[in-house]
Order: sequence, then structure tokens, then C-alpha cells
Amino acid sequence: MNNKPNQLSRRQLLREGFWTVSITAAGAAAAVLAARSRRPSMVWQIDPFKCIGCGRCATHCVLSESAVKCVHAYSMCGYCDLCTGYFDPDPKALDTGAEHQLCPTGAIRRRFVEEPYFEFTIDESRCIGCGKCVVGCAAFGNGSLFLQVRHDRCLNCNECAIARACPSQAFVRVPADRPYLMKDQR
Amino acid sequence: MRRGILTVWILSGLLLGTASAETVRRFPPPQFETDYVMPTATEPPPRAALWDTLDSAVLLGTLLLAVWLIFFKRRRSWIVALMIFSVLYFGFWRKGCVCPIGAIGNVTVSLFDSGYALPLVVLVFFLLPLGIGLFYGRVFCGAVCPLGAIQDLVVLRPQPVPEWLETALRLGAWLYLSLSVLFAATGSGLLICRYDPFIAFFRLSSNSSLLILGILFLGVGVFIGRPYCRFVCPYGLLLRQAGRLSRRHVTITPDECIHCRLCEEACPFGAIHAPTAPWPEKTLARDRRRLVFLFVLLLFLIAAGGWIGYRLHPLLARANPTVALADQVQSMEAGLRSEPTDEIRAFRTTGQSDEALYAQRDEILSSFALGGTLVGMFMALVAGVKLIAVSVRRVRVDYEADRAGCLACGRCFAYCPRQRLRDNPAERTVSNTSLQKEAANA
Repeated sequence: MNNKPNQLSRRQLLREGFWTVSITAAGAAAAVLAARSRRPSMVWQIDPFKCIGCGRCATHCVLSESAVKCVHAYSMCGYCDLCTGYFDPDPKALDTGAEHQLCPTGAIRRRFVEEPYFEFTIDESRCIGCGKCVVGCAAFGNGSLFLQVRHDRCLNCNECAIARACPSQAFVRVPADRPYLMKDQR
Repeated sequence: MRRGILTVWILSGLLLGTASAETVRRFPPPQFETDYVMPTATEPPPRAALWDTLDSAVLLGTLLLAVWLIFFKRRRSWIVALMIFSVLYFGFWRKGCVCPIGAIGNVTVSLFDSGYALPLVVLVFFLLPLGIGLFYGRVFCGAVCPLGAIQDLVVLRPQPVPEWLETALRLGAWLYLSLSVLFAATGSGLLICRYDPFIAFFRLSSNSSLLILGILFLGVGVFIGRPYCRFVCPYGLLLRQAGRLSRRHVTITPDECIHCRLCEEACPFGAIHAPTAPWPEKTLARDRRRLVFLFVLLLFLIAAGGWIGYRLHPLLARANPTVALADQVQSMEAGLRSEPTDEIRAFRTTGQSDEALYAQRDEILSSFALGGTLVGMFMALVAGVKLIAVSVRRVRVDYEADRAGCLACGRCFAYCPRQRLRDNPAERTVSNTSLQKEAANA
């Protein structure tokens, strides 16, 4: 720049000034934001007490197979024979026949434990997170079935597509070291 | 018999309140007589925090490598190799999240919402490319950004875009930036992440509208170099300003410009400017008058922009979920809607009163009114400053890369004969002998 005419030196001074101001501003911003930032990072989770089981989790996740799955809080379960989370509202028979089931993919396994109790387990590889069982269980049962974001699948998108679509704004950010909001641990 | 039980259950369920958000313990816990052990639900952990540290380290590493490749090595092929790595790592491996472009939203939210904790890795991703930009310009765009790299790899038949059109289209990017800040500040969502056009490719899974958007950008990108970077990217605008101020700039030639004009056509992004013609003295008075007129016009533009922004704020506010919910509840109450939506049903289970919701909406609307006005004024300011900038005469003696517009892709390096000589000194003798032959023929 030395071979340029003298009239440019003012511009040069301006540029130097701007540079100094912006590097200071960047430093200050870094300091302010660093004071507000935190580790560990946050992850998405569903507040089961806000969720209404609308079914959008199954369709709005950016993954073709939703990262939201049904979770069973066994300690809350009544182990009912006639489970309203498992059976269609008007079942023809209380057995594991697909036509009597509420779950569209047959992801709930029903197993006899002892008279009169039955255990219900979620097969996560089949669950699509539609929440039909959640609604059924909450309506007439103990509400031990609920939806949770499964973190082995979730990509933790910056703007969660399901959170945006959630009608009850049940998606919350939770610290990554306590990433689940289990219904029975509250 | 079973029907009867079910009916009783349904009745009891109705009595206790259906589908209530609060759980009701209708059945006692079973008393098992066998040795049945009650299982517990599994809790697969999220990605370890260690990965965040690794991402930040890879970002720093690739940025420094990009600086070395663009400023010292000056080889396009090496830069392309780094681009491919960035697409693979930040794009396909990390699925395009976190990225500095989207981080604008998080940083804005953390400034306006005291309850929001900004993850450290997001802060690092936001500041690091800008910091490096103040020293070396847009090296992030050149070789590190996965969105830029995926577009750079499809630039096959670039067509020039007239400068006036380029400047005008860039106003769209400014609008996108200001709206993203407005929406993030009012808690209405992160626009930039929502409409990331390449996320469909990086995740190999998407809804159809995002996929179409991505294909559109890549398809246009074959003919118009890097359309997202030049006309949409809000972070690119911040990096443009960093590039203007940066200590060092990308130079086309390694030593002196010999005005051979070979590089002029090399840039697919229209970022190489020819030397300026000498200043025509006779238009000086007219130019000054025009400048004064533009400064006066700027004031009017800002007032008009603010007014338009204020007028548009109810429309913009509809993007806010609380405002949308309040509108739905109000139309339901007014009898305009017969079936309650999921949103209304969810709202009813909270037990919150309608009035409280309306008050919340009014509060958000007033912040949108202020924000909309500011966005309008800011957009007018940007447009006015652009008008002034094109009326100010710049002096350039050599072919130069535009400090703001240069994406540091390194295409022009190979076009410069001085660079070629440096890379391959044998070319000097070749060209000399061919010149001698030509002279002999003549």
C-alpha cells in the first residue's frame, strides 16, 4: 500500500479502525456469550405430562423412522388383562390377534405373567411413535405408556421438526447428562 | 361379559376425565406371587460431549488447513480435496448439524431469552469462522462449509450474473438474515435451520418439499455458481463484512499482475473485478449531487421501510406458535371453527384461561411490531447503502478478487500465468520456443 498516493491513507486509517473495533467486538461477544453458554449441551425430550399423543411424532421427524418411541414405565403399569393401550376399544377377543390390537405395527408384546397379570413390552424396532397406545392407556389405564425421544436415534437437530409441529409444545430441551423425562421418575 | 367390563371402564374413565395430561392411578400395582422381576425402561444415552469437542477441533483444523491451502499452497486441487472432506465430515457424518449458519439463530435466542443456555460447541462454530475471517477473509466459505462445498462441486456451466442483478438478489439474503433474527428473537423458531436446502442430502432422509428445494438449488447451481452462498446465506453476509476488513485477502496472482485478462472469465461467482478506467473529471459535480441526493433518499427509504415493516408485523407474527394458537382458540370461541384442532385440545388440558393466552399473544404482537419496524428500517438502510456504494467510484489498478464476494475457492489461481510459471518453471522454455517458432514463421 506504500506506493499508493497519500490520499488513501485516510481510508487505510478507517480500515484499521474498523478492524480493531470488530476484533474487539468479536472478543467481547465471545466473552459475553461464553458466560451464558454451557456444557454439557442440551438435547430434545418430550414432557410426557404435556404430550397429548396426537401422532405427529410419527410423521414429522426428519428421519424416515421417527426417533420418538413409546416407553413403558413398568412400575406404573397395572398389568391388566384388558389393557386399553394394547386392545382396540372394541376387541372381539382378548388375545394377541392383530385384529384386536390398537398398535398399527404390532410393536407391543403381550406376555402372561401370572393370574391375572399380563406384561406389555415395547418392541422399539417396530414402534413408529404414533402414540395410539399412549392415548388408550392414559384414557382408561394408569398412563404408564408414554412417548420419549430415543437418543440412540435422535440426530438432535438444531430446530427439531417435531417440536415445531407439536400441538401441545411438549418438546423441551433437557441437559444431555439427564436426557429422559421418565414418567415414573418424577 | 368382557364388553360389560369395558363399558364400566369407559364410564369410569369418563368420570375421571379422559386423556388428561395428569396421570391417574386407576389400577393398583400388582402383587406378584411368582418370582417375576419387573423390568425397567432402557435409556440409551445421547452422543457424548467428547464429540462436540472433536467437532470444534475438526473445524479449527480444517479452517487452518484452508488458510494454508488458499494463501500459501495455492492449489485448487488440494482445496477441492478439503471441500470433499468437509462435505463428508460436517455434511454426511455430522448430518449438517451444528453449522455456523444455523448458529445465528441460537446466538440470537441466547441474547433475547435469558432462560436459553447456548451450547459451547454452537458458540465455537459461530465465532471461529468469523474470527479467522477477520484475518484471512472467507476461507470458511472456500473449503470448510459443507453447504458451500456441495454447491461448489456441481458448478459445471457457470453463466455470468450481471452485477446489478447480483446486488439486487443479495437483498434477499439480507431479508432472510433479518427475518431469521426477528423470528429467533421472538421465540418463533429458527428459520435458517428449517429451510436448510441441503440437509435432505446430508441426512439421506427428508420430507419432499425440502428435497425439492435441495434439488432446485443444486440444479440451478450447475449454471449459476453457488446460488445459496451468494443470494441466500445469512452467515455469508457476516463473512462478507469480515472479508472487507480482513488483514489479508485472496490474491489471484502470486506476485505481480501482468493484466493478461485470463482470470477475468475464471471466476464463476463474478468476484473478479477489472482495473477501473481513469476518473472522468467532467462528471465530478454531477456525481457529488447524486451522492447528496442518495443520502437524502436514504432517510426517506428508512422511514418507508419502517412503515412497511410495521404494517406487515401481524402477518409475520402468525409464524409464532403462541400467536397461532391464540388465533385458533379465538376463532373456535367465535364459532368460526366447529372441530377443535389438536392445538386447541392440548391447550384445554393445560387449564390455562383464554384471557391469559390472549394477553400472551398481545405481548408477542407488540414485540413483533417493534421488530418488524426495525427489520423494515434495516432493510431500507441496506438498500440505501447499496445504492450509495454503487455511486462511489473505486480505484483499482490490477485485476482483483472482490474482498467481500470472493469465496476463496481457488479457481483463478490456475488461470494466472504467473502462478503457472511458479508451479511449473518448464513452461517458460516451452512458451519461449513456441514464440521463436512463430517469429520464424512470420
